[in-house]
Amino acid sequence: MSNQFDPVISLRGAKKYFGAVHALEDGQIELFSGEAHALVGENGAGKSTLVKIFAGLHRPDSGTLTVDGKVVHFDSPRAAIESGIAVIYQEPTLFPDLTVAENIFMERQPQRSFKRIDFRRMNREAREIFSRLEVVLDPTRLALGLSIAEQQIVEIAKALSLDARVIVMDEPTAALSSVEVDRLFRVSETLKASGVAILFISHRLDEVFALCERVTVMRDGRFVTSSLTNETDENSLVRAMVGRDLEKRTDQLRQFDQRALLEVEHLTLEGLFVDISFTVAAGEIVALSGLVGAGRSEVATAIFGIRRYDHGRVSVDGKELRRGSPSAAMTSGIGLVPEDRRLQGLVMEQSISRNISMGSLKSLKKNGVIRAFTETRFAADWSVKLQIKYGNLGNSVSTLSGGNQQKVVLAKWMARSPKILIVDEPTRGIDIGTKAEVHRLILELARSGVAVLVISSELPEVLNLADRILVMREGRLVAEFTHDDASEEAIIGAATLSSEVSAS
Amino acid sequence: MLQVDSVKAGDIEGGTAKSNSFEIRNLVRWESGLAVVLIASLVIGTVASPQFITSANFFNIGLSVGDIAIMALPLTLIVITGEIDLSVASTLGLSSSLLGYLWIHGWPMQLILPVVVIVGALLGFINGFLVTKLGLPSLAVTIGTLTLYRGVALILLGSNIVSNFPTTFTTIGVTPIPGTPLPWSVGIFIVLALIFGVVAHFTPLGRSIFAIGANAEAAAYSGIKVKAIKLRLYVLSGIICSIAGILFTFRLATAEYDNATGLELNAVSIVLLAGVSIFGGRGTILGVVLAAATVGAIGNALLLANFPQQAMGLINGGLLLVSVFVPNSRDLVNRFKGQIGRVRLVGTRRG
Repeated sequence: MSNQFDPVISLRGAKKYFGAVHALEDGQIELFSGEAHALVGENGAGKSTLVKIFAGLHRPDSGTLTVDGKVVHFDSPRAAIESGIAVIYQEPTLFPDLTVAENIFMERQPQRSFKRIDFRRMNREAREIFSRLEVVLDPTRLALGLSIAEQQIVEIAKALSLDARVIVMDEPTAALSSVEVDRLFRVSETLKASGVAILFISHRLDEVFALCERVTVMRDGRFVTSSLTNETDENSLVRAMVGRDLEKRTDQLRQFDQRALLEVEHLTLEGLFVDISFTVAAGEIVALSGLVGAGRSEVATAIFGIRRYDHGRVSVDGKELRRGSPSAAMTSGIGLVPEDRRLQGLVMEQSISRNISMGSLKSLKKNGVIRAFTETRFAADWSVKLQIKYGNLGNSVSTLSGGNQQKVVLAKWMARSPKILIVDEPTRGIDIGTKAEVHRLILELARSGVAVLVISSELPEVLNLADRILVMREGRLVAEFTHDDASEEAIIGAATLSSEVSAS
Repeated sequence: MLQVDSVKAGDIEGGTAKSNSFEIRNLVRWESGLAVVLIASLVIGTVASPQFITSANFFNIGLSVGDIAIMALPLTLIVITGEIDLSVASTLGLSSSLLGYLWIHGWPMQLILPVVVIVGALLGFINGFLVTKLGLPSLAVTIGTLTLYRGVALILLGSNIVSNFPTTFTTIGVTPIPGTPLPWSVGIFIVLALIFGVVAHFTPLGRSIFAIGANAEAAAYSGIKVKAIKLRLYVLSGIICSIAGILFTFRLATAEYDNATGLELNAVSIVLLAGVSIFGGRGTILGVVLAAATVGAIGNALLLANFPQQAMGLINGGLLLVSVFVPNSRDLVNRFKGQIGRVRLVGTRRG
């Protein structure tokens, strides 16, 4: 048995590459029995990769993982579970048509003779676990209809039934109400008291301080610092999370008229965002910043009509836009470069030229018919304008690199000469060179009088591009900065901290 | 037709040659294969029987596949959007029964024909409504209406057989289009195929249909009205199937509740043999034309060669399986690869 002061599980010097992307450069963390350890960092800091290494889903390319001081290699999720590690995801996936107890004992139900399931024993054991956790949940009810919080409890019960000594909670509170968070914390305290080590991933720093004894900060795939929570404070954590050398801002004051092209008033979609109001003027670049899950993309898709909002209104050039209709939004001059380019932006199996022309077919047709020559010429023109690097316009768009795929999506929308362009994570997963080109294109669009709304999780990008920066947190607009008084600390502070700190 | 256009683009654009033929390129291979099969079956037919290459026989081939081929056209567009319509033959049957029912109730033919087509549109609308507005799976919906529409046909006509139609109409079953060996149904199929081909491959609507099948979400993000288009295709399918029903009734000079029972499978076979992907997003109307001709020719050649009719199912079923497997083999392999733990299945097949 290991000494109480040795970590139950530790990871050192872990690297993980996906092709050219360095998801993890230096992953390092130690978890101790009976302690909750928070892992914090910006989007893309490498937290999820680290969690997946613990879960046995990813094998690190290098680095050492030890359990009870012994080096281990997880080659499957099962190996991780057998070593006593359980991962509770933000949205658990239970079998809805099975009972709570059946979910807990999936694949290892207690049995009677002839392989019959011993339901009575199974339910009794489930009930025992729940009483250990001090929660009230009927093991015989179906999982269907359980709230996310209750599903997480079921997952925790399952972890305990497997004698898990390490429980990883990957942003468990993101979808919970405050009452449910309190309950989860009570359960977590019980777990700690029984000697379980908890790894707690959260964007909410107040929760980190409420629950955890220790906190590790990661940034750009690297371990930055680790400390006891009672020896640090929120502001120093934020500094550690941002910490990179601030890029020099390209300070070029843009001129734009104050006529609001896009007006969003009191936009509300129950459960996703509340009372969102802002305007974007012709020639202005407004950034919508905040953490993943803050509701930024949801606002964008609601403006564009993919989602129907419950209340509020969107106007273009003073005219109210019909909600829930992308084609109406397009007719009024709005374009949306969506967040997920492979799923939403492109038809991957179709050709580059078809993807570029997809938004402009009506203007390409002559006597009702689209001629291949016209379409090719059109696609070729736009490929040249955006310097898309391709082998053949007839090749499927999936043959292009991520950056060039993104340019195809941009070409598709720029070809429509939109009045308002919403770009959601325009440079996610693309190389630095193309990134700069995409930035240049966005600036050019604004200079030509297009109202641009940028959604980005990359703060340097936001600071570089935006004339104004709006920050969302948990479905609400919580702060607004001008280009001049914005800083990474201020933005991330507004996006993460509790409200007293960010009010500005 | 399609290839010619892409060559033109290539001549002018040089480096960007073939740009527009990509979606078609893979299928051109499939369609060339189909053309080879078609020619082979024509050769076999000719060798097997001196009657094969005769006007009368061409007329027979045309009659045997004409109505089915007509139904296959809108079905093709529906399959390209990633949905299916299995109620086509029942819609045909119900249209036929309605035609007979109204005729014995003394309605004038000028009124009956438009009413039948409007009812056909309504039947298609019901399918489309259930699939798009209620979001039900089209396979289940149209299996339901397959049975339902046939049931309505039975209620309308019972066991009656209506056959006293005026000969002006029923001649289409015995005389070809003047100056050709082709029956009227084939003539209508050719005209419709041209229209469908242009719409599918050269208009914004056609592009939208392919985009929906290839990635419905990206289509919606491009402002394509996914549900509205699917709904219209089902209505179109209802209209075309009711026209096929009218042709079917007149060529047999018979309206019966069970006209064309089971022919939905033949229509689906033609669509799949045409190389249309059952997962949506791929296919050509040219393929449908070739597939319809091939099915007709093979059936007829085997008939003339005294191939045992009991074994015809083997040929039809085998063709269907081959035509589902080959064009989708890449998709299928990718699917298996994508599923951890099923990798072995691919290996097993290789070994």
